[in-house]
Amino acid sequence: MMDRSLFAVALATPALLLTACGGGEPAAEGGITPKQMADALHAVMEADRTVYTRRVVNRLQNKEQVIQASEHFEDDKALPLPAQMFRFGAEMVAENEAAGFTYSLQSLWPINDQNAPRTEAEKTGLQFVADNPGENYYTTEALGGTEYFTAVYADTAVAPACVTCHNDHRDTPRSDFEIGDVMGGVVLRIPVGGS
Amino acid sequence: MASSTRRTLIWGLWLLLSAGIGLALGYRLLGGAEQTVFMPGEMSYAHHQFGVDCQACHGEAFAGGEALQAACLDCHGEQMRARDDSHPRSKFTDPRNAALLTRIEARECVTCHLEHRPEITGPMQVTLPIDFCANCHQDIATERPSHEGLGFASCADAGCHNYHDNRALYEDFLLAHLQESPVLADPRLPVATAIAPHGPALTAMAADHPPTHALSAEQFAAWAGSGHAAGGVNCRDCHGGEADLEWVAEPAPAACESCHGAQVAGWRLGRHGMRAHEELSQPLPPLAAADARLPMAPDAPGTPGCTSCHRAHDFDLVHARVEACLGCHADPHSRSYADSPHAALWQAEREGRAPPGSGVTCASCHLPVVERAGAEGEARWLAEHNQSAHLRPNEQFIRPVCLNCHGMGFTLDALADEALIERNFTGRPAGHVDSLDMVAARLRDAPTPAGGAGTP
Ligand code: HEC
Repeated sequence: MMDRSLFAVALATPALLLTACGGGEPAAEGGITPKQMADALHAVMEADRTVYTRRVVNRLQNKEQVIQASEHFEDDKALPLPAQMFRFGAEMVAENEAAGFTYSLQSLWPINDQNAPRTEAEKTGLQFVADNPGENYYTTEALGGTEYFTAVYADTAVAPACVTCHNDHRDTPRSDFEIGDVMGGVVLRIPVGGS
Repeated sequence: MASSTRRTLIWGLWLLLSAGIGLALGYRLLGGAEQTVFMPGEMSYAHHQFGVDCQACHGEAFAGGEALQAACLDCHGEQMRARDDSHPRSKFTDPRNAALLTRIEARECVTCHLEHRPEITGPMQVTLPIDFCANCHQDIATERPSHEGLGFASCADAGCHNYHDNRALYEDFLLAHLQESPVLADPRLPVATAIAPHGPALTAMAADHPPTHALSAEQFAAWAGSGHAAGGVNCRDCHGGEADLEWVAEPAPAACESCHGAQVAGWRLGRHGMRAHEELSQPLPPLAAADARLPMAPDAPGTPGCTSCHRAHDFDLVHARVEACLGCHADPHSRSYADSPHAALWQAEREGRAPPGSGVTCASCHLPVVERAGAEGEARWLAEHNQSAHLRPNEQFIRPVCLNCHGMGFTLDALADEALIERNFTGRPAGHVDSLDMVAARLRDAPTPAGGAGTP
């Protein structure tokens, strides 16, 4: 977790300096646009999430069967779920005001109601990535007096475990996910100026 | 002419007076004396013990909100993490919550826990109207139809939800404890891990106090029969008196700390030792029993240090577990202990009629033996000396204490019954908490386990 957030911060800090005056506009030659920064950060998040799912959870739980992954990992002495791992990283970055961006994993059909979209951009973006597989959604929005560049990336059912766990969960509002379906999305925000 | 001299005189006097008052207040403000003169309202139950030390929370020269928040976390931060706080600040710093924050500024402790406002301070030191959950969870009934029609003032009722600590109240935990009997099959509390001996056992002959500091026969016998003598702890290990260390007649808690660090640290965080907490700008003298807000025995000695409960020299744990507490505390709950079923169990354990851990003392609940990682990450069981750690809300007792001996349903009912608590659990719970029934009903409607356990 630590590695990921540190890496993300390392990426974010110079990028932020470069974009601070550029706003949502393309940056001057050699600069990084908010979109480029968002795409780069998302690439790291996606890679880490996949590595954790495949090399830790799937290997230890399904293949080698030495330890389970569980929502109550502390009480059950188990591994955190990939979505929890992701959220803990997001919370750590959110606590770090110098990080210069925030992110979260959300869904139109969330197990945890707190992961339902809240802002208009989130609602539109999650619907867009669900309707347009392979495409990302980019917009700007004003929240709490600050202007943000907001990007939404699809989160897809890449493994059978995604589908079975979500479909069978007591709290799920949707039980017909199939492999390859868009199950939700990563929402990433970069402040681009006060409003 | 005369009138102008008088005017000069009056002005001079006024200036002098103002300067005098200013100086006196300034001296106090800068920590030269008690600062209570500036206090805008009486301090809460939680903090009144160091109410004379404004800087403890407000920092030097009354720094702003950031410093205040940092001060809260200096004392409470670690505990909040250990409790797996359900609403940590990090949940609210994401801008997607900006709209929620206009309804309730959940990033700051003082939004809900204002100090100096006794007229609006409720249970748990909460100064917001108790239905504050509605700010964010209005639509709870769509997620949980069973909650339809439940008032938001009842969310935090005993046995349901807490804003911060839900370790014993989350659905799957309740589910795991659905069908338990009031008293479990082998009701026993954990026993503290023995501390490694300091050296070989010492006999009375080996006492190394300097000849100038003779002990009374009682003190001598007390030490010789103590765990300290058995564990190789000699006079000078606590009192000093080596070449570079002066002999100290009454060693301070700091002397105990070198071997009992976790216990002393816990003590400094709780009601008993908070006036010796490092974050205070200066250590305060122990609270006089007369200044306590709980009913105390008239001759209560107060809580200056470790030996107040543990006694010097014999460090008798039997004494520390009950008699020490009752030497000061004289509220109805404490006074009812002697006739309680818990006390009878303790009597049986003391007389060797029942196994270790089967007796229930004051300390069993208020300074419970809990698991803590040792220096090498190994599990150790220690008495939690911060006696506030599990006190409020009282559901904090459930996991470390009650569930060792009692079923979940009985526990929730008992902790919700204030009259029963006042009688020190003599009798049966009068009411019934619905939490478990709600979980059982939901299980009938949606039987799949959360977390998809068993899925590939
Ligand atoms: C063992 C069960 C399990 C598995 C496997 C699993 N999830 Fe989840 N997922 C959960 C739980 C539980 C949550 C809610 C976590 C929380 O409290 O935030 C969640 C949250 C999510 C969310 C956020 C919205 C929501 O439902 O709360 C998305 C999106 C998501 N998972 C996608 C996936 C994908 C894609 C995979 C496969 C790579 C996957 N999940 C694998 C249990 C699982």
